[in-house]
Amino acid sequence: MKSLEELKALRDKMAANMGIREDDSDNIRIVVGMATCGIAAGARPVLHALTEEVAKRGLKNVTVAQTGCIGICQYEPVVEVFCPGKEKITYVKMTPEKAVRIVNDHIVNGNPVNEYTIGSTVK
Amino acid sequence: MYRSHVLVCGGTGCTSSGSGRIVEALEKEIAAAGLSEEVKVVKTGCFGLCALGPIMIVYPEGAFYSMVKEKDIPEIVSEHLLKGRIVKRLLYSETVKEDEVQSLSQTQFYSKQLRVALRNCGVIDPENINEYIAYDGYQALGKVLTEMTPQQVIDTIKASGLRGRGGAGFPTGTKWSFAAASVADQKYVCCNADEGDPGAFMDRSVLEGDPHVVIEAMAIAGYAIGATQGYVYIRAEYPIAVKRLSIAIEQAREMGMLGKNIFGSGFDFNLEIRLGAGAFVCGEETALMTSIEGHRGEPRPRPPFPAVKGLFGKPTVLNNVETYANVPRIILKGADWFASMGTEKSKGTKVFALGGKIHNTGLVEIPMGTTLREIVEEIGGGIPNGKKFKAAQTGGPSGGCIPASLIDTPIDYDNLIAIGSMMGSGGLIVMDEDTCMVDIAKFFLEFTVDESCGKCTPCRVGTKRLYEILDKISKGKGEMEDLDRLVELANYIKSNSLCGLGQTAPNPVLSTLRYFKDEYIAHIKDKTCPAGVCKELLTYSIDPEKCKGCTLCARVCPADAISGTVKNPHKIDRNKCLKCGACMEKCRFGAIVKN
Repeated sequence: MKSLEELKALRDKMAANMGIREDDSDNIRIVVGMATCGIAAGARPVLHALTEEVAKRGLKNVTVAQTGCIGICQYEPVVEVFCPGKEKITYVKMTPEKAVRIVNDHIVNGNPVNEYTIGSTVK
Repeated sequence: MYRSHVLVCGGTGCTSSGSGRIVEALEKEIAAAGLSEEVKVVKTGCFGLCALGPIMIVYPEGAFYSMVKEKDIPEIVSEHLLKGRIVKRLLYSETVKEDEVQSLSQTQFYSKQLRVALRNCGVIDPENINEYIAYDGYQALGKVLTEMTPQQVIDTIKASGLRGRGGAGFPTGTKWSFAAASVADQKYVCCNADEGDPGAFMDRSVLEGDPHVVIEAMAIAGYAIGATQGYVYIRAEYPIAVKRLSIAIEQAREMGMLGKNIFGSGFDFNLEIRLGAGAFVCGEETALMTSIEGHRGEPRPRPPFPAVKGLFGKPTVLNNVETYANVPRIILKGADWFASMGTEKSKGTKVFALGGKIHNTGLVEIPMGTTLREIVEEIGGGIPNGKKFKAAQTGGPSGGCIPASLIDTPIDYDNLIAIGSMMGSGGLIVMDEDTCMVDIAKFFLEFTVDESCGKCTPCRVGTKRLYEILDKISKGKGEMEDLDRLVELANYIKSNSLCGLGQTAPNPVLSTLRYFKDEYIAHIKDKTCPAGVCKELLTYSIDPEKCKGCTLCARVCPADAISGTVKNPHKIDRNKCLKCGACMEKCRFGAIVKN
């Protein structure tokens, strides 16, 4: 460790791994359905892709969490995004590739990916 | 990248209730479920709620599991970690309201707390420097070395109003400025981690939960006063704290936070640990330094004060662990931020080790000026078994008691002194109506008699005589004149003892006499102990109306003092009775009376 800048860079890198321990209800929450149905349909790789992408981009106020069966097993893997003060958005039949796009478009840029939502899939 | 962090308390409290086995079981189950790559298990420092250990918190949900048992682990792993279903029956009941899981900060125990010194305890892995760095660790040291002059550091600490957390409350910045002003070829920075007050464990918890904060603060102090060498004097009875601090020093050295030319500033600082052998007097600053020098731990007269002539005869700054734990935050967030908390003359927060007759025993950190009522009734959750609050003892053997009539006193240094107690290192023992104040005073005096180093007469002989008078009173052999003798002797010891140990030793006697004189008089005149504690003044008897002659009491009596035949009332032979109370505990009819 030679300089304060070097320490700050290390802090920022490490802090990305620690945000998970913040007790902050203002966070955007990305919730993955991880009941038997979800896991069987491939929810685990989706969850991994989400956590990796959030970490890679150093997103601070985002929580990736898991939940039980949401009740629409035929559409698993299901991912729900809760932005504070906004209606929740439900994505269905997720894949790791789709998950990356959701982080990019929806979480970072604020544009929900309509074609993956339950509304457009059921149509 | 882990999607979930499981934090298990590895403080001494939870370790003794089995958190080590919990961690092993967790790691095994997590591996069996194939989640080792996804879920990280972290052993942290103390969460504070020691009464409910072992404690475990699972993020990102923030689910707070209390009193976790090894057999619960498979369920937590398969339900919560694998399937995302929180095991509600194992959650701390305060965090479950109307079937909703609440965050920990909303519970009664935590909502009134403000964690500054303990902010990383129970949050980071104390054996991993990177987690400390993630929470701004060593930023303050970097800022001080690259952007501030030593004088600016001292001015910041002065302006913050930080006072010594070891008990006496001396302004930290002023202490540093004295040492900085002393001219010498070598100066030292010491840390007092010889926490000896019965019931106090905040220093241990800081060292166990956040050891790097002490290292960082000591380096800052070294820079401020011009010292290149530091010593942490820690008692050997704290093995977990010693181990984590050793690991932390090693890691800090590897990272270049200790050693030569830190942050390229040209400033060198090194740190070593010295173990104390458990003598209470070594918590006194001059005795502590004498002990570090390799001599028998005995105090020496002041002045000269350590800031002028301390360790090895060189200018030395000695602060307590909790004091240091505040320093990096003050540097980073500013003196004004710190001074905005607390009361006019006592700034910031104070950690208390809450113990005795209270629901939530554990570690609490509150802003100065919080009332005793808030601590006992709200944070502490009140007194068990519907008993009434009688008094609280602060400051351990050097402090005094606060009676129920003063429960609304805002707690800070000056208010506690004014009512005859003192902050001390922060032990806070709650007593209910079953506590005898004469007995409490006797207990603390017995402790100081044991721990007096014997160097000066007022302490060595005086505390012994005080104890003998108290012992006499507690056995019903006291006279009213003894009360005057107690006061006279106590004041003599206070004004003539060499060090803080003797100067404060009579406080428990004086403060109980001040607020509970009637109890002393009851022991002397009526030969009774109102709280029913002092054995010599108790008699046990059996109410013949209530006794059914079940013979249970006669069978448990260790002294064969109870006689009687089946289905006939029994009798206690007072000459044989040991007053152990075993019969009273066993009797199902409430027939045994103690008075």
